[in-house]
Amino acid sequence: MSKSYRDGLPVTSEELVHQLARLKRGSISRRHFLGVTGLGIATAVLGRELGLLPTPAHAAENLGDRMSIATWPNYHDPATFENFTKETGVAVEVNVFGSNEEMLAKLQAGGSGWSLFVPTNYTISTYMKLGLIEPLELAKLTNFDAKSEDKRFTAEGTIDDTVYALPKNWGTTGFAVNTKKLAKPMTTWKEFWDVAMAEGDGRTMVHDYQLTTIGNALKSFGFSFNSLKADELAKAEELLIKVKPHLFAVSSDYQPSMRAGDAWITMCWTNDGAQLHRDIPEIAYVLGKEGGEIWTDFFAIPKDAPNKPAGYALLTI
Amino acid sequence: MLASQFRSKLLTALLLAPAGAWLFVFLVLPFIAIIVFSVGERAPEGGYQAALTMAQYANLPARAAAFWNTLILAPIGALACLLVAYPVAYYLALKAPERWRLILLALIVIPFWTSLLMRTYAWMYILGGRGIPALLAYAGIEDLRLINTPGAVLLGIVYGYLPLMILPIYVSLERLDRRLLEASADLGATPISTFFGVTFRLSLPGMTTGFSLVMILLLGEYLIPTLLGGGKVFFIGNALVDLFLQSRNWPFGSAIAVTLVLVSVVVLFIANRVSARFSGTRQVDLI
Repeated sequence: MSKSYRDGLPVTSEELVHQLARLKRGSISRRHFLGVTGLGIATAVLGRELGLLPTPAHAAENLGDRMSIATWPNYHDPATFENFTKETGVAVEVNVFGSNEEMLAKLQAGGSGWSLFVPTNYTISTYMKLGLIEPLELAKLTNFDAKSEDKRFTAEGTIDDTVYALPKNWGTTGFAVNTKKLAKPMTTWKEFWDVAMAEGDGRTMVHDYQLTTIGNALKSFGFSFNSLKADELAKAEELLIKVKPHLFAVSSDYQPSMRAGDAWITMCWTNDGAQLHRDIPEIAYVLGKEGGEIWTDFFAIPKDAPNKPAGYALLTI
Repeated sequence: MLASQFRSKLLTALLLAPAGAWLFVFLVLPFIAIIVFSVGERAPEGGYQAALTMAQYANLPARAAAFWNTLILAPIGALACLLVAYPVAYYLALKAPERWRLILLALIVIPFWTSLLMRTYAWMYILGGRGIPALLAYAGIEDLRLINTPGAVLLGIVYGYLPLMILPIYVSLERLDRRLLEASADLGATPISTFFGVTFRLSLPGMTTGFSLVMILLLGEYLIPTLLGGGKVFFIGNALVDLFLQSRNWPFGSAIAVTLVLVSVVVLFIANRVSARFSGTRQVDLI
């Protein structure tokens, strides 16, 4: 490498990204730190630096030298983007968001500049109806095999037999409980809400995300997580209003409070549950017996994507 | 004659043009958009759909709790800031040694160099179970809950906005004509009556400036209640974020925003009036 300003720096950019990833693996939870900070709107430029590295020629198609994606915090292995940049010469700019609704607002406003983004299952039909995404050209996705898919998790990416989005990760929404503080074994959402008003008074957290908090209140009555029936929703509302004064917090940034022991039980996504249990074994992750949410995040390409070839390339890698 | 008059008008117009254009594009136009949104309807997929209805305004009571929290905690927060800030400003302006003054002022401003978000996030840990409550547990005070209470929000508010209160009060005290204090003493007034008769009254413009400034920012506060109130102490700012980014109900959010602006204007108006009445001048020091 030629002499450049980087030669004298204490760390290389690769090392910095690596350290950053280690730091991130810690406790700050996913969607909400960003939701709260508005950092979702700021952009973390990951690949730009790396894009300056010497690159092999990719003659097949002109991929340009940069692309931008919208996704979730702490979500991708940075090595994926590094390898992609090394292979194709395309630097990846990563925009991180706090919620699907924020992502939708940005895309709807136009000029987002994304060539790939990661919406969650329930929003894909909305993107389709609003004409913000377009069908994927499966011929370009040589590594994708529809037969490898389990419809239970991936059906939402396909609308009227047309594939609009490919699955990325899936997980569940359950609750995490500190079994040293709340020894009674719990298995249901009904118990979750009951405990919140009894032993867990002042120690319980729920998401400040309407979908999951309302959905899991519905579940505790045995209703559908996705219910639109007015009488069922009224029951959920009544329960939530009754529980509210007993809560420790209404926040999706629950890892710090669970780790500090301020909160004993919280509504929780799979990934956070795994991290909490890994570091503090007495924190258990429980799925409500009544059922609940299985979420799948998908990759989709916006209609106004400035660099579609690179979007497809990243999907294929 | 005419030519020179024209030239001076042109100069005025040129000088005002950048600020005027800025305000028009980034304040007037967005505000018009918000007013238009506020008489519209939520589209089925969320967002805005054209309509002409007052339904959003009729629905305002649905967020009464947020208005109520804000209208109680914002003045209390501003008042708490004032009580803490006044002695500091007084000391800085009238008692601190001249050569220390600049350094002390700088020390007050320095925290501004770090993002309010970081500093508020730090308070989450200080007030959380492993922070002050853990220390107090050693002293035998068990199970004290600090985080996620209105008290924590108030503390965060005072901490975050203190410099905004100190500076205007400092300025008004610093400009105080010292001869007035001497005259008051010469005429036999005690230090206490001099303070209330002269110093306090002449610093009123600074106090109202600081109070309005903090109060108006607090009316739109979002971060501190979210982080230190645990989402349970819900401000109008939180309701707005929720409506725009979660429920995607822009018309209702807009109606709340317009109402908030009206409330802010009323607050400013009252603050100005109070200041004018008590200090006898119409001096306004909004930074």
